[in-house]
Amino acid sequence: MRKIKALFLVTMLALCCMVTACGKEDDGKIKVGVVNNPPSESGYREANVKDMEAVFSEANGYELKTFYSIKNDEQLQAAQGFITDGVDYLLISAAETTGWDEVLKKAKEAGIKVYLFDRMIDVDESLYEAAVVSDMAKEGETAVNWLLAQNLPEYKVIHIQGAMGSDAQIGRTGALDAQFASGKMKKVVQQTATWDEAEAKKIVEAVINSGEDFNVIYAENDGMAKGAVAALDEAGITHGTDGKVIVMGFDCNKWALRELLAGKWNYDGQCSPFQAKIISDLIKSGKAPASKKIINEEKGFDAKALTQSDIDTYGLGE
Amino acid sequence: MKKNGRKLSFAGLGQLTIPLIAIALLVVFNLIRDPGFFSIGISHNNNGNAVLSGNIISIINGASELAVLAMGMTLVTAACGGQDISVGAAAAIAGSVFVKVLKAGASITAGTVILAFLCSCLVAMIFGMFNGTLVAVFRIQPMIATLILYTCGRSVAYWINGGATPTVSSPIVTGIGSFIPGIPIPTPVIIVAVTAILFKLLFRFTALGLFTQSVGINGSAARLNGINEKFIKLLSFVILGVCVSIAGCIGVSRLGLINHETLLIDIEMDTILAVAIGGNNLGGGKFKLSGSIIGAYVIQMLTITLYAMKVSSTDVKAYKAVVIILLVVIGSPVIKERFAGWAARLRGRSKKVSVKGAEE
Repeated sequence: MRKIKALFLVTMLALCCMVTACGKEDDGKIKVGVVNNPPSESGYREANVKDMEAVFSEANGYELKTFYSIKNDEQLQAAQGFITDGVDYLLISAAETTGWDEVLKKAKEAGIKVYLFDRMIDVDESLYEAAVVSDMAKEGETAVNWLLAQNLPEYKVIHIQGAMGSDAQIGRTGALDAQFASGKMKKVVQQTATWDEAEAKKIVEAVINSGEDFNVIYAENDGMAKGAVAALDEAGITHGTDGKVIVMGFDCNKWALRELLAGKWNYDGQCSPFQAKIISDLIKSGKAPASKKIINEEKGFDAKALTQSDIDTYGLGE
Repeated sequence: MKKNGRKLSFAGLGQLTIPLIAIALLVVFNLIRDPGFFSIGISHNNNGNAVLSGNIISIINGASELAVLAMGMTLVTAACGGQDISVGAAAAIAGSVFVKVLKAGASITAGTVILAFLCSCLVAMIFGMFNGTLVAVFRIQPMIATLILYTCGRSVAYWINGGATPTVSSPIVTGIGSFIPGIPIPTPVIIVAVTAILFKLLFRFTALGLFTQSVGINGSAARLNGINEKFIKLLSFVILGVCVSIAGCIGVSRLGLINHETLLIDIEMDTILAVAIGGNNLGGGKFKLSGSIIGAYVIQMLTITLYAMKVSSTDVKAYKAVVIILLVVIGSPVIKERFAGWAARLRGRSKKVSVKGAEE
């Protein structure tokens, strides 16, 4: 009797498994594994993670698995795990550019398609379908072109740089350096504040105290622009759309865009964390992109043209 | 005691000699470089208030957080013979709490600002107590004990608010961080002055100064004389906690923004330096708050001077290091003794004074 009972139970269990397995097959969800950096890294990453979760939702026909770490080896293990789990697509924003060869080869053998987002990896192009990334140099160019279009009689620029050697710093500095070299714009001061708002304020304060004239502040992120503006406010120097000094920032935090809307700043360059939609479109269309490297289109916002809906759509954070 | 008095008379200012000489050198250097460096003007800020401006204001204003932290650090140094390296991270936590409470209410009034400050004070004191317990009760080296908070503090600060750079905007917060309408002196400077006066009163009306010194010089001897050694050490960390919270709140108010990664970054090293430049013994014992405060202004003056000379901010740290090496070496016992010897010999020629006074 006991044996029969046991047999019955086992059979039921097996049936259950089969049913659920079939169920999974049937609902036709696309299984996606995302390996990313943790949202605590920055406002950018926070928006990036949220965007991924929103686009690859069940309502859009996806089954999403995520893993967040800033450690490359933990990310590698997680990717390995996703491959064993049998995901259909693997999306990676790697902590480091190296060490991914083996894992991506395994993914390819298992027939899993790999998309890179935000960050490139040092591997052969054949190992991934496409990489959706930002072009920091282009962000700088867009900003500098905007500045040139303002047709100021002269450009005397305070340039506040991010942490030296970071991708964002190199990219955003490049275009402005070219202008300094050509003599079109005058470099009043070029200093790094290492993304530190308070340091940016000190740099601008030093220039004001020296009595040197300037009419543009080009800060490589929003926080440093805010620091610079605090120094201007204390010294009674007007800024923004009706002011003496043009204020430029990057990253498009919501609070920064609100400063633009109020006319206190002039320009904010986007560094778009929204790659999910592009990847989702690629997956659903099933087509291979023309080029493996897809540059995520990024805007630059002019205070005069900005609307509240832009802030809602493109602003990061709260 | 007499011997000590004689030594003071020839060194002029005793412990304060080195920091004051450093300031004097920086002033002379700047005057030669740019005679207008110290000019103070009155300008109108964008809120229409008349305010003082100029390099000297920037220096005194910019050093506020450092000066407040240096005062607290002096006490910890004197009592425990070691330093707290977690002040920057703890200030990020305190600042985050400040912002969190401000954002919790519907509008920001003077009441909510005070409440927010008290909350951040409380949190910073609790973290100070944590450090203090490790040091006083478990007898862990202060630098190792505070390494824990140094490492994890900024992550804790992130948890409090979540987002990367939460902002608060209110005239009251701006008032704390820059100028109160009608008062031309930057508010942070006033806060430093008030803190210094409170410390002065604390030492004047309690025996805390004496107790701290005796615990720092010889803990067991102090205990045998009925001083609660653990309590004094713990108290020094709690007081530093209050300083940390003041510094954190000033830092946040300056910009109306908290960035848990960059708020008062690397301030712990400058704070310890300020204490050292102030002529305080980093091994504990005798201390002078005024020395540390002057030390803080020396560091800030150095930074502003370098910025005014357009030294690249990546190089600023290296130049600072060179000057600081000089200051610390000049302030070291070996060099001091040499100087004292020379001074005594010089005096010996004019007057007949024994060289005994140079000892110690």
